[in-house]
Amino acid sequence: MTLGTDWAIAWIRRSADVVAEHRVELITLDREIGDGDHGENLDRGFSAVVAKLDTLPEGSTPADVFKLVATTLISTVGGASGPLFGTAYLKAAGAVAGREDLDSASLVDLLTAARDGVVLRGKAAVGDKTMIDAWTPAVDSAARAAEGGQDEKSVLEAAAQAAETGARDTEPLVAHKGRASYLGERAVGHRDPGAQSSSLILRAAVEVAG
Amino acid sequence: MTVGLLIVSHSGKIAEGLVELAAQMAEGVAIIAAGGTDDGRIGTSFDRVSAGLSAADSGDGVVVLCDLGSAVLTAETAIDFLDDGDRARVAIADAPLVEGAVAAAVAAATGSDLEAVAAAAATANSSTAGAGEGSGDAPVDLESKEGEAATTADGPYARSVTLVNRDGLHARPAAEFVKLASRFDATVTVNGKDAKSLLAIMGLGLTAGTTVDLVSSQPDGRQAVDALAELIESGFGES
Repeated sequence: MTLGTDWAIAWIRRSADVVAEHRVELITLDREIGDGDHGENLDRGFSAVVAKLDTLPEGSTPADVFKLVATTLISTVGGASGPLFGTAYLKAAGAVAGREDLDSASLVDLLTAARDGVVLRGKAAVGDKTMIDAWTPAVDSAARAAEGGQDEKSVLEAAAQAAETGARDTEPLVAHKGRASYLGERAVGHRDPGAQSSSLILRAAVEVAG
Repeated sequence: MTVGLLIVSHSGKIAEGLVELAAQMAEGVAIIAAGGTDDGRIGTSFDRVSAGLSAADSGDGVVVLCDLGSAVLTAETAIDFLDDGDRARVAIADAPLVEGAVAAAVAAATGSDLEAVAAAAATANSSTAGAGEGSGDAPVDLESKEGEAATTADGPYARSVTLVNRDGLHARPAAEFVKLASRFDATVTVNGKDAKSLLAIMGLGLTAGTTVDLVSSQPDGRQAVDALAELIESGFGES
C-alpha cells in the first residue's frame, strides 16, 4: 500500500482540523515563552490552504499539493512559522517531485527534506528548543522503521511518536533560537509551541493513512 | 540610480516611521517599507516583502534591514523565490534596524555600491565604527600650505574648525558631512573617526562650539579636508 495524492490532501485537511482544535493550546504555549500568535497564525494559514485545495487540477501529484501548501503558508501566516513550515513543505515537494505514490522510502525522503528545510531557514540545531526537536527525532525514527522494512503507515507512526516525545522533551530546555531565546532560564518548564504543532501535524499524517 | 533599501518590520508603523526618518537624510534613495501583515496586524508579510524587493531595486540592488527573527526568515524566503539574477543584487544587512537603516541610507545616497551600503549598515553594530582606520600610515608628500592649515611638509594635512551651527553634528548635518566626505577617495578623520562613517561621526556627540580636528595623511586629502572644513564653518545652513 503506497500513499498518493488523496493521502496528501487528506493529511493537509486533517492538519488544518487539528491545528484549529489545538489553536488555544498553541496560543497558550506561545504566550508563555513567545509572542502568543502561533496558534492563530497557523490556524489562519491552514484555513487558507484548505480553501485553495479545491483549485488543484485533476492529476496533481503529492508534490503539487505540498507546493500549494508551501506558497500559501508563506503568504498567509505572518510569523516565523510561515517561512519555516512553508520551506518545509516546499523542500518536501522537491524531494518527492514526479512521484505519484509514496512508499516507505519516499516518506523518509519527504520528512528528511522537510526537516532540512526548517534547518536551512531557521538555522536551529537539536536542543535549541525549536520545532527541530520534534522533526529530527521524527526523521531518524522514520528512517529506522523504513530500513526495518516497515510499511508506510508504520513509518509515519514512528515519526509521529518520536515527534511527540521530542516536543515533550523541549520542556526542560533553555531556548537558543526564536523569541523564547530572549527569556533565558524563564523558558525552562514550557513546551516549545513549534515543536508541539509539528508533532500534531505529523500525527495527522498517520491518522489519514490507510 | 542608487542602491535601494527595504525596511522589514513586524510593525507597519515602525517600517513607515523609519522610512520617513531615513529619507530625511537620503534624498533620491528608494526606501520601501514592508511592515506588518497583509491585513495590518503585527507580523511580516511574504507578499509585502516580495513586492518591496522589486520596488526598491532600480538595478543597483537592494539592502534589506530587518527587525526581530521572523522578519529575517520572511526576507530570506522571499529572496529565495527571486530569479538568480535578481537574487544576486540583494543583501540582508547584519545590523540593528534603525541605526543600520540610517547609515545605509546615507551610504546609498552617496552612490555606494551594494556591498558598501550593507557594510555601512553593519557599522551600527559597533560603537568604535570606523575609528581612525587608514590614518597615519599612508605615505605623504605635501607641499607647504598657506593659510590656517596646520601642516608640515611631510606630515598629515590637518585643520581645526569650530562647529558654529546650533545643534552641532547631529543627524542631518552629520549626513551632509558624510555625503561630502564620501565624494573624495582620500580618508579623512574627524577627531580620529572616519569621516565617511555616519554612525561614527554621530557617536562623537559633537555639539555647537566644539572644535574638531580634520586630518588626512593621504596625498589627495587636502582638498577633502578643506571642503569639509568649509562645510562645518558654513553652519550647514542652520543659524
